[in-house]
Amino acid sequence: MSALPPYATTGQRIWHYSFRVICGLIFFFLIAPILVIIPLSFNAEDFFTFTPEMLSFDPEGYSTKHYEDFFTNSDWQLALRNSLKIAPVATLLSVSLGTLAAIGLSQSHVPFRRAIMAILISPMIVPLIISATGMYFFYSNPYIPLPFGWTIELPFTLTGTYIGVVLAHAALGIPFVIITVTATLVGFDQSLTRAAANMGAGPVTTFFRVQMPLILPGVVSGGLFAFITSFDEVVVVLFVGSAGQKTLPWQMFTGLREQISPTILAVATILITLSVILLFVVEILRRRSERLRGITPS
Amino acid sequence: MKITMKLLATSCLTLTGAMAHADGHMANEMTIVSWGGAYSNSQQKAYHDPYMEKTGVNIINDESSAEAVAKLRAMNEAGNVTWDVVDVVAADALRLCDEGLAMEIDPDTMLAAAPDGTPASEDFGELLVGDCFIPQIVYSTTVGYRTDLVGDNPPTEICAMFDTETYPGKRSLEKRPIVNMEWALLCDGVAKEDVYDVLETEEGQAQALAKLDTIKDDVIWWSAGADTPQLLADGEVVMGSTYNGRLFALIEEQKQPVAMLWDAQMFDLDGWIIPTGLSPERQARALDYIMFATDTQRLADQAKYISYGPARASSAPLVGKHAELGIEMAPHMPTDPENAKNTFLYNYEFWADYRDDLDAKFQAWLSQ
Amino acid sequence: MAEQMLAADGRPLKASLNRALRRQKLRALALIAPLLLFILISFVMPIADMLFRSVENEIVSNTLPRTVVALEEWDADTGEAPSEEVFSALYTDMTLAAEYKTHTRLGSRLNYESTGISSLFRKSGRRVGRFDTDIYTDAFTAGDPAYGDPARWANWMDDGAIRTQLPKTASAYDDWARMIVEVEGDDPLEEEPWDFVFTALYEDANAGGVLPIAVDLSGVEPVSLRAQFSDVDDDWLDVDVWQTIKLYAPEYTSGYFLNSVDLMKTPEGVEARPENEQIYITLFIRTLIMSLSIMGMCVLLGYPIAWLLANLPDRTANLLMILVLLPFWTSLLVRTSAWKVLLQQQGVINDVLVWIGLVSDGNRLELINNQTGTIIAMTHILLPFMILPLYSVMKTIPPSYLRAAKSLGATNWTAFWRVYFPQSVPGIGAGCILVFILAIGYYITPELVGGTKGVFISNRIAYHISSSLNWGLAAALGTILLAVVLILYWVYDRIVGIDNVKLGG
Repeated sequence: MSALPPYATTGQRIWHYSFRVICGLIFFFLIAPILVIIPLSFNAEDFFTFTPEMLSFDPEGYSTKHYEDFFTNSDWQLALRNSLKIAPVATLLSVSLGTLAAIGLSQSHVPFRRAIMAILISPMIVPLIISATGMYFFYSNPYIPLPFGWTIELPFTLTGTYIGVVLAHAALGIPFVIITVTATLVGFDQSLTRAAANMGAGPVTTFFRVQMPLILPGVVSGGLFAFITSFDEVVVVLFVGSAGQKTLPWQMFTGLREQISPTILAVATILITLSVILLFVVEILRRRSERLRGITPS
Repeated sequence: MKITMKLLATSCLTLTGAMAHADGHMANEMTIVSWGGAYSNSQQKAYHDPYMEKTGVNIINDESSAEAVAKLRAMNEAGNVTWDVVDVVAADALRLCDEGLAMEIDPDTMLAAAPDGTPASEDFGELLVGDCFIPQIVYSTTVGYRTDLVGDNPPTEICAMFDTETYPGKRSLEKRPIVNMEWALLCDGVAKEDVYDVLETEEGQAQALAKLDTIKDDVIWWSAGADTPQLLADGEVVMGSTYNGRLFALIEEQKQPVAMLWDAQMFDLDGWIIPTGLSPERQARALDYIMFATDTQRLADQAKYISYGPARASSAPLVGKHAELGIEMAPHMPTDPENAKNTFLYNYEFWADYRDDLDAKFQAWLSQ
Repeated sequence: MAEQMLAADGRPLKASLNRALRRQKLRALALIAPLLLFILISFVMPIADMLFRSVENEIVSNTLPRTVVALEEWDADTGEAPSEEVFSALYTDMTLAAEYKTHTRLGSRLNYESTGISSLFRKSGRRVGRFDTDIYTDAFTAGDPAYGDPARWANWMDDGAIRTQLPKTASAYDDWARMIVEVEGDDPLEEEPWDFVFTALYEDANAGGVLPIAVDLSGVEPVSLRAQFSDVDDDWLDVDVWQTIKLYAPEYTSGYFLNSVDLMKTPEGVEARPENEQIYITLFIRTLIMSLSIMGMCVLLGYPIAWLLANLPDRTANLLMILVLLPFWTSLLVRTSAWKVLLQQQGVINDVLVWIGLVSDGNRLELINNQTGTIIAMTHILLPFMILPLYSVMKTIPPSYLRAAKSLGATNWTAFWRVYFPQSVPGIGAGCILVFILAIGYYITPELVGGTKGVFISNRIAYHISSSLNWGLAAALGTILLAVVLILYWVYDRIVGIDNVKLGG
């Protein structure tokens, strides 16, 4: 694909280039909304509209007032703080539990492997509206029902609390951690852990000194997916959370519903910039890990 | 049979201790639920800020009024009500009151009298619908149109909505039967006082839907209050229904080429309720807030920030100029005599009974 | 086998291996257990709990326990509203329910089945405290002042012999006393029983029960509770109302499920709903068809991209991969709003088309608020979920196969279609099912860009949860949706295996 052989026929040439054009168009489709968001976030008006002034590149048509709004408005600041308080903790929870479980799952002879895997992946599969309402009602109970009518009583309910939102988001992020970490573990050479054990390393040392560095890229990208899941999640937080836990997507959602303001686009632009940086970091990490594992990029 | 697991409970107790602080059950915090956007903003300036200054209570805003009934029901099931005061439309207040989810209010002892001593029950008058509802504003669902798209013949009555020949182009209507079915019947020749009687019958419902059918292909259905202003600003629609406060902001604050069509505006009320199941201290504080926030001056103050009519008769003369734009607010109120020449009063009783039924029919009609 | 193999420690090798295997299994399970427990408690149980609401219907028998029992005898075929006895049971139940404020909740529950019951219950709840039954109270207290003494009542109601003589009174008194404590916060030892308790006492006495203190009741004109109720509203004499109550009396109901497939329960059995109320089957079918279209679009657009990425040098591919992942990481709400700006009639795409001259200004394309809008926006949102699994499968197909096919004389097309494509099918399968499963449950995007024809069943679920408050119906619709998704998930697991889903890198 990369280069056209010198003996290619005209037909092949035409196909080669038109294929590239098609791919280019699809990439354009993928980022078109982002290309719209960024200029609109500098709109001088309070609507999602390209004004005539903007189209004629009149500086009057542009302003950074929506960015100022984001940085000065206490609602947005609270939402940002909450998102930053919730997403990392939820991510930490799903990454730590998820990585352990993925290691367990990747061992040979795990009983009920398929069934367990199915349950662990289910948060990604169940339609969000069902998960959200289910968790909402369940977290409203001050107890955990068990089979045969037993219950474990709790001294509090989880809806509208920080912990409730973190638990819900952690559950939603877990499939991503499981998927990416088990995928990394497929390529993991089990004889390395055996070698470490042979040389007298305990399981904990083996884990942190041998296994962890090698599966780290999988853990990191799983963690990033979990982070984004929590950071971009609106349906569940709307149900399970309350004003005290209002996150950025929550604020965006009520923003879209109550009063359309390009502040949402300004926030999105900031987040896109952050994502680009994050994606580059992942890419660099990946290259580093390939070097570590001795796989040279082709 | 219940097994209490002491261990789990104690380990969780430490957590709750921490959470209780984070979740606003602290002695000096209260959660007030409202709609968000410009409306919450007006409440913040007219009620919350002065109240916080006066009492030192910290107010947390929750913008969940749209889901208030569902959430209060679930909170009640769980026996853990986290909201102190909730802003809802009158229909929802009636429903909450019926279900015992809202506290009953005695206007004369729990609400401030007018400055001239008129008791609250008289000052609010017939706006005190139900036993739990504390009215705050009168708003209306009304129509705005693009002045540049209607030519020299601006619409003067609601039936312009159904006249696609004179006013070609898309129009936006709310994606629910309420308001639309009434307007459809009005424009199909039904007298205003007969609308709800007709709507009770199968034939009347079919008639309303048939009238809506004539413009079905030209309608963009909205579900969020911010939709119509955006659609009008974009020129996507030639006219559209929304709340009058939104149109005010669009016309006066955003200077868009849009004008109001007040004809057959549908009056509705919005106000406060206090949930049942609060601890005595929280209830007392909620009542204290309500006493403060619904007095004559406070209600008039809110009208400085948004064009909704104060619910007290005594507040009307105090309505002044917009806080930032400096224009007189009175002519922009739905209750202004000039605007209220032909109004329509929303029938709560009717919709309480027929809501589910008509909604199913309306949705089926939409998806045909 | 003559001799058993022994391990180093002298145990039989087989046993030793088994033990090691068991230990390994246990260790693996111990690693998985915390997460499994976490998911079970924080996710699986909530969903099971929610789905249970689709059949649960205790509200009728909890709110009107006596009426439901009395109604068992009643036969709707007579065309007559039930007898005085049922109304007397209703009187007691309704008075208590009105105090607990549960009658309106039951009213709205039954209003889902038959319009008008909601206001009937609300009205009756308001009036039931002012029925003419106070003449019984007066008659008893006039007959002997002891009947007005709360302490005497409590004594009588503790006496087993009196209770057996006066069964209705005993049951009414017990519920009254509980209500006095729970609702009024008063002490039953200090409150005179209410009219409905005296009504029960009168009925017991009439039925031959021996009163604790004899009172001459011959002068009392009996109050017809049937007439009292029909005074409040004629609908109480309507057979349909009573049929609805009777039909929904059991603690579990299939009603919500029937409703979610456009059927309804009638006394004659299950029937189709009137045509102008049938929406759910249409919505389910539409959800399926649109999810399939979105899936098809994703294959069409995702396949070339995945192929390009898999065949480019890694460095370039990884950079291009950022273009794939970037939208994936941009807030869903923002992307959807951006599509609104792009697609509307005065939007960017139409403007460009008009400017080029492809479309005349008067005939701008309708790209939003219909199915087109939903399909475009959702294809965009779900495309990465197609590209990523396709890419990871294509990465494993050695390019030498294609070269080999071509050197053996295959044309480009044959080489692709006969050699490459079959090997990429698992990737297509993985991507398709993933996209389909995610599409079928979407709710926010269709809500914002779908108009009326482009919305999914999830939108109705959300509506019933937060607006109409018909949680049972929402749960039934959700259960059906979940069943479809789980079947697909199972198929997916069979075909591809869930551990073969890969997300990037």
